Amino acid sequence: MRIIETRDLTRRFGELLAVNRLSLTIDEGEIFGLLGPNGAGKTTTIKMLTTLLPPTSGQAMVAGFDVRHQAARVRKMIGYVPQLISADGTLTGYENLMIFAKLYDVPRREREERVRQALRYMGLEEVADKLVRHYSGGMIRRLEIAQSMLHHPRLLFLDEPTIGLDPAARRTVWEHIINLRQQFGTTIFLTTHLMDEADELCSRVAIMHLGQMAALGSPQELKAAVGQGEEVTLDDVFIHYTGNELDNGGNFRDISRTRRVARRLG
Amino acid sequence: MKFFRSLFQQICSFSYKTIVLAELEMRKLRHDPTELLTRAVQPALWLLVFGQVFTRVRAIPTGNLPYLDFMTPGILAQSVLFIAIFYGISIIWEKDLGVVHKFLVSPTPRAALVLGKALSAGVRGLAQGLIVVVIALLLRVHLNFNLLSLLGVAQAVVLGSALFSTFSLIIACIVKTRERFMGLGQVLTMPLFFASNAIYPISIMPSWLQVVSHLNPLTYEVDILRQLMLVGGTGTYQIGFDLGVLAAITIILVLIGAVMYPKVI
Repeated sequence: MRIIETRDLTRRFGELLAVNRLSLTIDEGEIFGLLGPNGAGKTTTIKMLTTLLPPTSGQAMVAGFDVRHQAARVRKMIGYVPQLISADGTLTGYENLMIFAKLYDVPRREREERVRQALRYMGLEEVADKLVRHYSGGMIRRLEIAQSMLHHPRLLFLDEPTIGLDPAARRTVWEHIINLRQQFGTTIFLTTHLMDEADELCSRVAIMHLGQMAALGSPQELKAAVGQGEEVTLDDVFIHYTGNELDNGGNFRDISRTRRVARRLG
Repeated sequence: MKFFRSLFQQICSFSYKTIVLAELEMRKLRHDPTELLTRAVQPALWLLVFGQVFTRVRAIPTGNLPYLDFMTPGILAQSVLFIAIFYGISIIWEKDLGVVHKFLVSPTPRAALVLGKALSAGVRGLAQGLIVVVIALLLRVHLNFNLLSLLGVAQAVVLGSALFSTFSLIIACIVKTRERFMGLGQVLTMPLFFASNAIYPISIMPSWLQVVSHLNPLTYEVDILRQLMLVGGTGTYQIGFDLGVLAAITIILVLIGAVMYPKVI
């Protein structure tokens, strides 16, 4: 069954064509990675699919509903972890989860149990009653993923899930993502610009460049298509499709945001 | 019948989510109440310094009330206004963090998000009100402790906070950056405060300013507070009329805010 289907999805910001006629189908149960350099249109795509930004033209169906006309129904079906830090540092981990359990209409009888379960699952039981301000970067990310899973969504959007994390924390987050898919059958749509992340996690990836889709396939297929016999990494594939000009994307604002997130998580 | 049941469910769900957002704010305040105390400094200075000096001058006609009594409701309204008008900065802050994104993706009606924020500002306003009342008591202002009046005061404070914080939210959604917002906030607070009946009666104003102050929502908030907070307090309008004006403006602002809020990202 197709859980995401877009046709000619387009978003403009004034003159800038951030996403240009993106057509994509994703099946239920996939871990799908959207790759691309800064400014390629990954975040804009995720914002359209999660109903945060209306498309300029084209169509997107998410979990069977149109993101533009049935936004409220789409929201019930999906979970979303933004690239920026979205857990509230002035509350405890438990409170962060409880508030979202309420906003996501988790029935009153099940709330306490779901929150406890999420804490246990993400390995956060010990720090549940500490203020999130004192959490490590990896713990914050795990808490955010837990928040987005409380209502057991069929589809989870992760925007740069491991940005700013050290290798050990990154690996733990990866393990949790793989587990989510195995245990709950959740479809996962993530963006990243880390090639090893895509290689490790994704069943299929799309490479975006300047708002358009430059390549699509499993990491193995893409590597095979680019390299002839020699040892090819996904890095090579990435550079092959996006060109290796330095700094062709990402403005001051993006970079300062990314660095700020990295600093807060690190 | 089915239509009404579903409408009823939606109203319940809407109110519930609004309250959850206010709960979030209360939990934050409980973890870190220092902010409330630092906010107490300004009204204390107004009452202690300005109030005491002007009580001696007797330059302002306040009927049979001492000037300090007359200005106390005004200072309460002012300190609530100052908190509320800068509330939008937290929206910009939350936008920069990514909290707003997560709220907007959750199945919470936009208007409930905005009204929840407004109610949260009301919670802060109430805490501020308590502080002003304590200071006023220490200065021997003749406060009215009738239970119904107190409830009315609380209602006016919550409505006033909701109104100005939603106004602030709309501005935040338009300007989007902290720097521009701070500039605008400064520009707005003083005219709202001085073009009202907070620290002098409207009757002594030049006529153009009288017109402005009748358009100023703060005037209606002060009018309620002055009638309910003080022993022997009087006002210009019926309390019901004042409440109606504040409620109507708040509803209009919340509806505008619901349209503007998703545009903040």
